[in-house]
Amino acid sequence: MKNSMQLEFLSLSENESFARVAVAAFIAPLDPTVDEMTEIKTVVSEAVTNAIIHGYNNEPNHYITITCTIENQEVQLRVEDKGVGIKDIEAAREPLYTSKPELERSGMGFTIMENFMDKVEIISNPGEGTIVEMSKQLIKNKTVYN
Amino acid sequence: MGLESLFTVREDVLIVRLSGELDHHTSEMLRTEWKEMLANHSVKHVILNLEGLTFMDSSGLGVILGRYKEVLELDGEMIVCSVSPAINRIFDMAGIFKIIRLAENETYALAALGVAS
Repeated sequence: MKNSMQLEFLSLSENESFARVAVAAFIAPLDPTVDEMTEIKTVVSEAVTNAIIHGYNNEPNHYITITCTIENQEVQLRVEDKGVGIKDIEAAREPLYTSKPELERSGMGFTIMENFMDKVEIISNPGEGTIVEMSKQLIKNKTVYN
Repeated sequence: MGLESLFTVREDVLIVRLSGELDHHTSEMLRTEWKEMLANHSVKHVILNLEGLTFMDSSGLGVILGRYKEVLELDGEMIVCSVSPAINRIFDMAGIFKIIRLAENETYALAALGVAS
């Protein structure tokens, strides 16, 4: 069965936890493991934080869109902003790289996304915004036979 | 949800106990409080007790690394304790344990810094 949902919310940091919880609730019927649930929540948090801090430079009056699709135990996530875009995507993906060291960013956002998901794709153009598409296949059968 | 932070000073050690969720939103307030505590008390070391922390992302790493640098300037040491497996993975990914010592719990962390419990 396929199911999909879309969320649109303002680029306020308060909405980071809202986004995590909303996606977690949507994928709950797939019965993810505790680890899988933590991983999904973490990558949502990373992508939304990037959109707020980098995409919209911490301006609170823009919209972020999350699309989540589930099909055959696979979770597909798309986080989109219409912000400044990423000049150098390769650099942004480097562990510990940050364009905003003055804000004490760790530069680990994309590294965490890549570690926790099967696929991470970044589509971005300066001045047009950024789309992060991620997918993860959840463990299919969690039934334990004795 | 949100984040709760409790600061305690024991000799020259600042103990920071966190519970709840540490993300970009909650890290902003934590940063301000934590910086103030380091500036206004004659402490050298920091013990970061994460026993009650249920969620942390890379913004948490940022605020911890920021304070780690301040502790280094004080010639002190930072020890992190009571870390959940999920948060441990994120620390590991960033190579945090190469610079910040990990202790099983607060008692061990205090002992490592020579503070009698």
